[in-house]
Amino acid sequence: MQATTAPEKIPFLRDPTKRSILYQLVTMAGVALLGYYLINNTLINLERQSISTGFEFVEKEAAFEIGESLIDYSAADSYGKALLVGFLNTLIVSCIGIILTVVLGTILGIARLSTNWLLSKLAAAYIEVFQDIPVLLQLFFWYAFFYEILPGPRQALDLLPGVFLCNRGMIFGVPHYHPAFGYAAAAFVLSCIAVWFLRRWAIKRQDATGRTFPLFRASLLMLLGLPAIVWWLGGAPTEMNVPVLSGFNFKGGITISPEFTALLLGLVLYTAAFVAEVVRAGIQSVGKGQREAATSLGLRPGRVMHLIILPQALRVIVPPLTSQMLNLTKNSSLAVAIGYPDFVSVAGTTINQTGQAIEGVALIMIVYLIFSLSTSAFMNWYNKKIKLVER
Amino acid sequence: MKSTTAAPHREEIKPPVTEIGVIGWIRANLFNGWFNSLLTLAVLYLLWLIVPGTVKWAFIDSVWLTGSEECRATDGACWSVISANIRFILFGFYPHDLQWRPLLAMGLLVALLFYSRERSRWNKMLAWSWLVGLFVMGLLLKGGLFGLTAVESANWGGLPLTLLLSVFGLTAAYPVGVVLALGRQSEMPVIKSFCVVYIELIRGVPLISLLFMSSVVFPLFLPEGVTVNKILRAQVAIILFTAAYIAEVVRGGLQGIDRGQYEAAESLGLNYFQTMRLIILPQALKIVIPPSVSILISAFKDTSLVVIIALYDLLKTTQTTLSDPKWMGYSAEAYIFVALIYFICCFAMSNYSRKLEKELDTDR
Repeated sequence: MQATTAPEKIPFLRDPTKRSILYQLVTMAGVALLGYYLINNTLINLERQSISTGFEFVEKEAAFEIGESLIDYSAADSYGKALLVGFLNTLIVSCIGIILTVVLGTILGIARLSTNWLLSKLAAAYIEVFQDIPVLLQLFFWYAFFYEILPGPRQALDLLPGVFLCNRGMIFGVPHYHPAFGYAAAAFVLSCIAVWFLRRWAIKRQDATGRTFPLFRASLLMLLGLPAIVWWLGGAPTEMNVPVLSGFNFKGGITISPEFTALLLGLVLYTAAFVAEVVRAGIQSVGKGQREAATSLGLRPGRVMHLIILPQALRVIVPPLTSQMLNLTKNSSLAVAIGYPDFVSVAGTTINQTGQAIEGVALIMIVYLIFSLSTSAFMNWYNKKIKLVER
Repeated sequence: MKSTTAAPHREEIKPPVTEIGVIGWIRANLFNGWFNSLLTLAVLYLLWLIVPGTVKWAFIDSVWLTGSEECRATDGACWSVISANIRFILFGFYPHDLQWRPLLAMGLLVALLFYSRERSRWNKMLAWSWLVGLFVMGLLLKGGLFGLTAVESANWGGLPLTLLLSVFGLTAAYPVGVVLALGRQSEMPVIKSFCVVYIELIRGVPLISLLFMSSVVFPLFLPEGVTVNKILRAQVAIILFTAAYIAEVVRGGLQGIDRGQYEAAESLGLNYFQTMRLIILPQALKIVIPPSVSILISAFKDTSLVVIIALYDLLKTTQTTLSDPKWMGYSAEAYIFVALIYFICCFAMSNYSRKLEKELDTDR
């Protein structure tokens, strides 16, 4: 009798379900109130300053020039196009930066583990120094390096034949345009697809019959050989567009602006130090026994690395590596401090000219959120793919 | 028998010279194999290219305590750009005759940090002395009480501002981060989703967008007539930003706690807050001390971004000095000096974090 009445006696606040509903309602009400308060204030303020809300401004004429652009852009174009230019600039500096960072970081990480004392200590010093200096300071340093320390075009440093470094940026030669290069690029894409199918076929055959296929050598031959043959068939153009000094500047070749180079240099050198630590930790995470077991099975050193060490190390390396790539992308927003027209910089100019602060900042946030959300989507997919199959 | 009696007469055979001592070490660590020998030679050649020139530039040909005219005359480094402007670089526009106050505040901070190094000294007293210490530092900087002249926050600058933004930023962000982490682990869907959205949103955007927000959007959020000064706004942005990162670190610690701990606490009849305060958080926060120090390091480095919204932190005062026509063109020297300050602070912190990691590892 008593047992049946007991549940009804629980006071309201002692019942976990009801209490949790109450807490959640209170939180929701609090957030809603705060939101209402802020939005209300904002609306009043906007009205007082007679700023219109909304994204109509992207249609208007931007009326400012952008130093470097991947697509045709002039001051007469709209804000929307200016923002697109900024977006592409962010994208290109991030993409090139990520590739260079991974290469440099891997080299540094392996150098850190080298049995060569000198090399290992040097890599350790590099990692410690570059991790501990703010990336913005490094950007300022490289920017000053270009404008103060490097000589003018007349005394440009000749790094390699055809590659010059001076206070106008980095200048190097490129091949003259020829349709053969386009065909070769198409051939490369085709051979990539072919390699993918070849790999599937090789794995399937090995699973079925146990016969291995020299996949690496065949793929390399295809990836390099096919484009080369196409290039040769296309007339083998070798003419180069080499920069030549004329007057006060270089003519010909491709010029990479000091801003871009300084930004790339700063981001790559900074992030590579972190990537090196990630790579080192990944390689060290694979137990010594794994290598010994593989060797005792009679695998050659190259196979040991490829079949045993790398798959296990990559599982440890890839998640922090992606977060470093994301960091690099986010840090590329510091371009605004050295005058490279990335997305944040263009959006900042737009905010200053139109007064559309909220929309501008929202755009910045959305763009970076797209980057990071797509990265984490990739990460989830990858983690699922390489997850240990446990029994 | 024979062999034992003969032993004293036999000369002890030493290992070959090539295996021990300096030569042995060099062979084992620098020239073990043709590839490493080649690498060593390449690295030595590289060092030979770089080091002598740098030493000549930085020390032999350099000038240290002169005016700018002497600097123009030398080929070496002009460290005078720092010695001549040191007070502005370090303290910004803080009134000249009051600069002992931020200096004292920084001294207090260093003393507190130094005292807190030993884990055996971590107790309630220390926590209280930190609170008092932070208050005294703020008071020294701001003035206006106990006969200290008030100094407008617009005049704060240089190293004290950098330290202020990072130390106060982390102190305020930590509790917020812990609450967010607990919220993310919560079983209440509304609270959990608010926390997840906040954390992922903040972690997905660069700090600079938050600083932009604090400088251009935040004033719009406030009712008419209310203004918040620029430093406080930047400080709030840094706190909101750091809190999201701390939340993720603390979440890692919470996930590292065994389920049994929750169940044990529950079976003792502790409620949620007691469980968290007495059982879970003390263990979880202990695990996350090393990663928290790395957050402190990155927060310290990230304060340099306030340059972009024109606050006079260490980096901005340096740039201002460099824009003086008298000292134009000595960026390398000035930036190396600032980098050295950042490096010393961060290196000390990361070393400390490594030491802690070792200590915490052994007593598990």
